[in-house]
Amino acid sequence: MMPLPWIMVFFPWVGSLVLLALPRLRVAAAVNIGCAAVSFGLALGLFTLPHGEQGWTRIDALNLPFVLLASFVALTTSIFSAATLAAEGFDHWRIRAYHGAFQVFLGAQYLALLSDNLGVLWVAIEIATLASVLMVAVHRTPAAMEAAWKFFILCGFGIALALFGTILLYSAAQTLLDAETGLSWVALKRVAAQCDADTLNLAFVFLLVGFGTKAGLVPLHSWLPDAHAEGPVTISAVLSGLLLNAAMLAILRAKAIVGAHPDTLSVGPLLMALGLASVLLAALALWRRRDARRFFGWSSIEHMGIAALAFGIGGAAATLAGLLHMIGHSLVKSAIFFGIGRAAQQKGSQKLADISGLVASDPSLGWGLALAIGAIAGLPPFLLFASEYAVLNAAMAAQPWLAVVLALGLVVAMTALIHTLQALCFGEATPDVAPGGSTLAVLVPLWLHLAVALLLGLAMPALFSSFLKAAAGMIG
Amino acid sequence: MSFGQLPYDLAHLFGGAVLLLSFVLLYQRRISAVINAFATQGALLALAAAWQGYVQGAMGLYVTAAIAFGAKAVLIPLALHRLVRRFNLQRGVDPALGIGASMIAGVAFAGFALLVVLPATAGQRALAREDLALALSVVLLGGLMMITRRNLISQVIGLLSLENGLILAAVGVAGMPLVMELSTAALVLMLAVIAGVFALQMGESFQSLDTESLDTHRGEGE
Amino acid sequence: MSILTGLVTQLLHLALILALAPVLTGCVRWLKARLMGRRGPHPLQPWRDLLKLVKKRPVLAENASIISRAAPYVAVGVALLAAALVPSFARGMLLAPFADLLLIAGLLALGRFAMALAGMDVGTSFGGLGATREMAFAALAEPALVLAALIFAILAGTTHLDVIIGIFQEGALGLRVSLGFAAVALLAVAVAENARIPVDNPATHLELTMVHEAMILEASGRHLALWDFQASFRLTLWLALLAAVFLPFGMAAPGAGPVAWVLGLGVFIAKMAALAFALAVFESAIAKMRLFRVPEFLGAALLLGLLGAVFLFVSTGLS
Repeated sequence: MMPLPWIMVFFPWVGSLVLLALPRLRVAAAVNIGCAAVSFGLALGLFTLPHGEQGWTRIDALNLPFVLLASFVALTTSIFSAATLAAEGFDHWRIRAYHGAFQVFLGAQYLALLSDNLGVLWVAIEIATLASVLMVAVHRTPAAMEAAWKFFILCGFGIALALFGTILLYSAAQTLLDAETGLSWVALKRVAAQCDADTLNLAFVFLLVGFGTKAGLVPLHSWLPDAHAEGPVTISAVLSGLLLNAAMLAILRAKAIVGAHPDTLSVGPLLMALGLASVLLAALALWRRRDARRFFGWSSIEHMGIAALAFGIGGAAATLAGLLHMIGHSLVKSAIFFGIGRAAQQKGSQKLADISGLVASDPSLGWGLALAIGAIAGLPPFLLFASEYAVLNAAMAAQPWLAVVLALGLVVAMTALIHTLQALCFGEATPDVAPGGSTLAVLVPLWLHLAVALLLGLAMPALFSSFLKAAAGMIG
Repeated sequence: MSFGQLPYDLAHLFGGAVLLLSFVLLYQRRISAVINAFATQGALLALAAAWQGYVQGAMGLYVTAAIAFGAKAVLIPLALHRLVRRFNLQRGVDPALGIGASMIAGVAFAGFALLVVLPATAGQRALAREDLALALSVVLLGGLMMITRRNLISQVIGLLSLENGLILAAVGVAGMPLVMELSTAALVLMLAVIAGVFALQMGESFQSLDTESLDTHRGEGE
Repeated sequence: MSILTGLVTQLLHLALILALAPVLTGCVRWLKARLMGRRGPHPLQPWRDLLKLVKKRPVLAENASIISRAAPYVAVGVALLAAALVPSFARGMLLAPFADLLLIAGLLALGRFAMALAGMDVGTSFGGLGATREMAFAALAEPALVLAALIFAILAGTTHLDVIIGIFQEGALGLRVSLGFAAVALLAVAVAENARIPVDNPATHLELTMVHEAMILEASGRHLALWDFQASFRLTLWLALLAAVFLPFGMAAPGAGPVAWVLGLGVFIAKMAALAFALAVFESAIAKMRLFRVPEFLGAALLLGLLGAVFLFVSTGLS
C-alpha cells in the first residue's frame, strides 16, 4: 500500500491525465473540483500519520500546515475557476491544457512541500514553474507572451542556480553519506556540522539566489508582477498562494542545513537584506501601478519580503511570525484575486481606473474585496496584523533601526493599499460590462478565506499553533 | 590526486571542451552556426558523462549520456533548424552586446567562477573542485548568452547550454543519485518543448523571433 | 663531445629546414589542389620557381630606398634563425640555449616589421594597405602567442623551448585544460601569422583580400625569391613548433646517437606530413573570413589564452 504522501502527490497527476481528455468546460471544471476536494481530504488524512520519512517524502511540523493550506486554496480556487472560466472563452484545446496544467501544478506543489530529497524538491518546483508558465501564456496576447517568456527565462535561470547549489550541497556532504540517503534533508542536517563550512556557504548563496527568484525576492522579482497580470486569474491566486510558499520553504530547509554547522556565515543578514529591499521597493512601486492585478502582484513581493525578513532575524519568535505571515498572506491574497478577477470580468478591464464603486454595484463582492484589501494592508483583527506585529517586535528586539525602516515600509504600503481600496470599492460605480452580481461560487471562496484568516487571527486552534511552534524550532 | 592520471585528465579535458564551446556559442554570428555549435556541445557533454560513468563505474551515467546525446545533440538542434527554416528567419544573430565585448565578459565570468568556487571548496579533491569551477563557468556563460542576445532562439540555446553546465556539474560529483540526473535530463526536454511551443506561437503572432518586439508590452504596456 | 653533437645536429637541422621548407609549401598547395579536385602543381614546384627567380635581377621603383633592398635579406635571415632555434628531430642542438619562446616571438616580429616597411617603402596604396592590415592582426596575435608562452612557462617553469619540450615529453603533466586552450590559441595565431585561410588567402591577387601579398607586390627577381623563402621558413617554423610542443614524442634526447636522430627524423617527417594534411583540409573546408571579423577571431584566441592562463594560475596557486 503506497504511503499516503505518495498518493497525495500522484493523485492530482492522474487527475490531470483525465482532465486532458475532457473538452467540455462544465465536465472538466467539475472533475477539477472533485480532484481538489479529494486532495483536501488526503491532506486532512496526513495529520493522522506519525511524523517521519516515507522513502523520499517526509511529514513534519513544517510542511503539514502548508500542505493543508495548499489543498484548501486549491479547492477554493477550483470552485472559483469553475464559476469564472466560461467568461474567458477558451476553445477545447485550451480548456484541456488549462485544467491539465492546473492539476500538474498542484501535484508538483504537494511534492515540493512533502519531499525529503532535495533533488526531488528541485524537480517539483521546476515542474510547478513550467506548468504555471503554460497557464500564464494561455491567452496568447502579446502581453501574455511577454510575461510568460520573462517568467520562463528568469525562473529558468534561477532554478538552474538553485540546482547548482543543490549539487554543491551534495558535494559538501558526499563523503559522509551514502548513495541511498544522498540528498535527504534530514540526513544532510545530521551531518552538516562535519561538512566543509565554505562549501556550505557557497551552496546556500546559490540556493538563496535560485529559490529566491521563485519566491519573488528583490532583485530577481521582475517576472512576478507581469506574470500575475496575465493569464487567467486563478493562476495569480495559485502563484501567490502556493508557489511562493513552496520556494520560501525550500530556502528555509536550506537555512536549517547550513545553520546546523556552527562555523558557517550567518545567513540571517542576507535574508534580512533581501527581505527589506523587497519591502521597500514594493512599497514604493505600489504607488505607481495602474493595473489591478499587477498592483497586487507587487503586494505579494512586499509580503514575501516581510516573511524573508522575519526568517532572517531568526529565533523561534521571528520564525513563527514569518510562518504565520506566509499562511495569512496565502489566504488573503487568493481572496483578493478572487474578488479582483470577478470585478475585472464585470467591468471588462483590469485597469485600476476602470474598476470603481464595487460596493455600490455588487455589495457582497465589494465588501468582501474591501475587507480583503484591508486584511492585506495589515489591519486588525486578521491574521496578517498579528504576524506583522510579531515581526516588528522581533525586529525591534534584534536591531531597532531595522524595525523603524520596516515600519516605514509597511506604512507606505498600507497607505497605498487603503488608497486603492477606496478607489476600487467606494466612490462612484463605473459602468458594468457584464452586469449581474456574483454567483455563490465566486463569493463563497472569497468570504471563506476571509473567515479563516479572521479565525486564525483571533483564536488560532491549539493544534495549529503547536505545529507552527515546532516548525519554528526545527528551522532554528 | 595528481594531474598525471589519465582518467581524471580526460574528464577535465571534456569539461574544458564544453567550456570552449560555450565561448564558440558567444562568438557566432549566424543562427545555424549557433545551433551547430550547441549540438557539438551536447555531444561533448554526452562524452563527458559517458567517461564519468566509465571512471566511476556508475551505469546510470551512461543513461544520462544517452539522453544528453539524443536530446541535445540530435533532437533539439534538428527542431531548431526546422524552426529557422519554417519562419524563414533572418539568419544573423542580433547581439545586444558586441561580440568582442561578449567574449571579454565571458572571460570575466569564467574567471569569476574560478575565483568563487576554488577557494570555497578547499576541503575537497582538486579534480572535483576544478570540475565544479568549469561547470559554473559554463552556467554563467549560458546566462550571459541569454542576456546579450535578442533573438529568441539564441536565448533558448543560452538557457539550454546553461543546463549543460548543470549536467556537467552533476556528473562530476561522484555518487550523485541517479534520479537527479534522469529528472534533470527529462526536464531539459520539457524546457525545450515549452520553448518550442513559445517560438511557434511567437512566430505566428509577431512574424519574427526578435524579443525586442516583446519589449513594448513590458510593464504597464502603454 | 656534447658540443660536437650539438653542432652536428644544428647543421643537419639547418640543412633539413633549408631543403624542406619550400617542399612543405609545395605539398600543402598540392594537397589543397587535390582536395578541390584539381591535379595541382608538383610538390617540388616551389623549388623550381625559387631557382628561376634567384637568377633574375630585381627591378626596383625609382623612389625605392635602401629598405626595399635590405628588407628581404633581413626577413629571410630572421626567419631562418628562428627556424633554426625550434628543434625538429633532436633536442640539445648547439643554439638550444638561445631557443626561448619569447626570443622566437621577437624574431617573428622583426621579420614582420621588415615586411611591413618594405611594403610601405615605395609609397603605393596596396603596400600601405597590406602593411596596416598585417600590423593590426599582429597587435592581437602577438599577445595571444605570449599568453600561450605564459601557460607553458607556468607548467614547465621556464620559457626555454628545449626544457618545455623535455618536460612535455616525459608526460608527467598529462592532458590539461589549459594546454587545450593554449593549443587552440596557438593554432589561431599560426593561421594568422602564416597568412592562411581564414585570415588571408595565400593565392589571391585581388586587392580587397590581400594582406601578405599586398606587401610584397612590388618585389621581383631575387628579392621575390627571398620573400617566398621567408614565407616557407615561417610555415615550417610554425608547424615544427606546434609539433614539438603538442606532439613531443619521438624527438631524440640531447646527446643521443645517430640512430636516435634517424628515428627522430622519420617521426618529424611524419608529423610534418600530418600537419600539412590537416592544414590543407582546414583551408579547403572553410571560407576566408571578412576582414573585420579577423580581429574578433584573433581576439577570441587571445581571450582563450588568457582564460587558460587564469585557470592555470588560480588552480596551481590554490593547490
